[in-house]
Amino acid sequence: MNLFAEAIAWMLAPEQWTGNYALPKLLAEHLALTALSVLIAAAIAIPLGWLIGHTGKGREIAVAVSGAARAIPAFGLMVLLVLLLGVLHVPEAAVTTFVLLAIPSLLAGAYTGLEAIDRRVIDAARAMGMTEWQIFFKVELPLGLPLLVGGIRSALLQVIATVTIAAYVNLGGLGWPIIQGIPLRRFDQVLGGAIIVAVLALLVDLLLAAAQHAAVPAGLRAPRAVHRRAIAPVAASAPA
Amino acid sequence: MFTARGKRTSFAVGLVAAAALALSACSSSNPLDTPSESSSGGGGDTIVVGSQGYYSNEIIAEIYAQALENAGFTVEKKLNIGQRDAYMPEVESGDINVFPEYTGSLLEYLTDGTDVTSPDDVYAALKDALPDGLTALDYAEASDQDTYTVLKSFAEEHDLKTIADLATLTTPLTVGAAPEFEQRPYGPAKAKEIYGVDLAFSATGQTTLESLLAGQIQVADIYTADPAFQTEDIVALEDPKNMILASNVVPIVSSDIADDVSDVLNAISAKLTAEELVALNVQSTVDQKSSADIAKAWLKEQGLV
Repeated sequence: MNLFAEAIAWMLAPEQWTGNYALPKLLAEHLALTALSVLIAAAIAIPLGWLIGHTGKGREIAVAVSGAARAIPAFGLMVLLVLLLGVLHVPEAAVTTFVLLAIPSLLAGAYTGLEAIDRRVIDAARAMGMTEWQIFFKVELPLGLPLLVGGIRSALLQVIATVTIAAYVNLGGLGWPIIQGIPLRRFDQVLGGAIIVAVLALLVDLLLAAAQHAAVPAGLRAPRAVHRRAIAPVAASAPA
Repeated sequence: MFTARGKRTSFAVGLVAAAALALSACSSSNPLDTPSESSSGGGGDTIVVGSQGYYSNEIIAEIYAQALENAGFTVEKKLNIGQRDAYMPEVESGDINVFPEYTGSLLEYLTDGTDVTSPDDVYAALKDALPDGLTALDYAEASDQDTYTVLKSFAEEHDLKTIADLATLTTPLTVGAAPEFEQRPYGPAKAKEIYGVDLAFSATGQTTLESLLAGQIQVADIYTADPAFQTEDIVALEDPKNMILASNVVPIVSSDIADDVSDVLNAISAKLTAEELVALNVQSTVDQKSSADIAKAWLKEQGLV
């Protein structure tokens, strides 16, 4: 039997569906850690990104954080935090690591979403007498939504893949079959665990791709050609 | 420049590469299998001594190396290589000639499950399981095997001496260990079967000792050579039914030099008791001495150089 077939056989074996390390339980732990970390990161990064995008100030910080911080060595950071915070605070150490990992993508999604909006649209809104808050909620937020959802998608994917290391510090999750299987030299188990994480990541990606599509405001979905034809003659006939 | 044809070619190449990668997984079930070629290593009469990426193993390797040098051999050291998957190919092919190993865990690695557990039985089984080019010399009393360890205060409070005594407790008990311990034939499931003890499992891994000291777990799998046995107030519960796999320190050597080095290495094994090994490890972790210095001092103290 080749290794792929053995991995699938391992996944479907009854031992994997009962007990303390059952696959559904590991999946639930994995998703819970991911959701918690991304929610906390979103609470921090998205308002900050919106502030930076709306006011235009602090761009350099945002760019630096979104770029460099994405390369944090997550495993090293988690072990370091566990050592610093002690064994009684292992969940806090792990969640902090995942939050720090998710922040760059969310920050980038939030501020590029706002930055990509045509300045003329914002000017027009301001000219119509909208307050800053009205501009933000009625114009910037809806227009920046697709890129924000893109940022959420990127953050979720990165965190789902990284939460596999949580099993190393006894927090369960889908990394458990991998981390236990290697010293036991049970490679069907290792590959089985890896396949499950990969499939989960792909499913979440597909879901969010659909969400990103749905997040485009209705007005922007009209074909561009119609707009061009409508605008060009108007511009040409505008009084000089 | 990107042309349509260029893009199609790169796409095709990428697809073939991805397919090749996927198909390569459809091969043997052990991706870390050692290749079956054999080459003799070491230039001429140089003896190559290797060690695991584990400080305690490095100290023992230094002891072997310095003793062999003192006996007149030319020795080359290849220390801190890594885990078995990294160094076993070199040992089996003869690129490394002397390696400090542990009877039980090496047996577990070579076979895929073993029934024996006592030191002599494990040693005999290991000698059978070793590939042809390798020989196991005498094993030492010192070991690095699993234990069911509790705090001394806990043992005194509940009058615990053996693992079976844990069954007398009414409070829930959790054992902490490395992740694979849960599936080992001496893990909590077997403890239930042989000693009637109910133990929940917690995969504490690298923080096992800290978790025991903090009271998160009541029982911990602390290896017998751990310096904590000297520096902390912990005690290993006795295993009268020999449930736990014995894992004594044993030199694994290339068969062609086995006769030459056996006197030197067997003399070391005779003097390497369990307390001695723990004391050596304490010098490394607590006093922060280098393995070379620790080895030198110990050899002198034991009268072996």
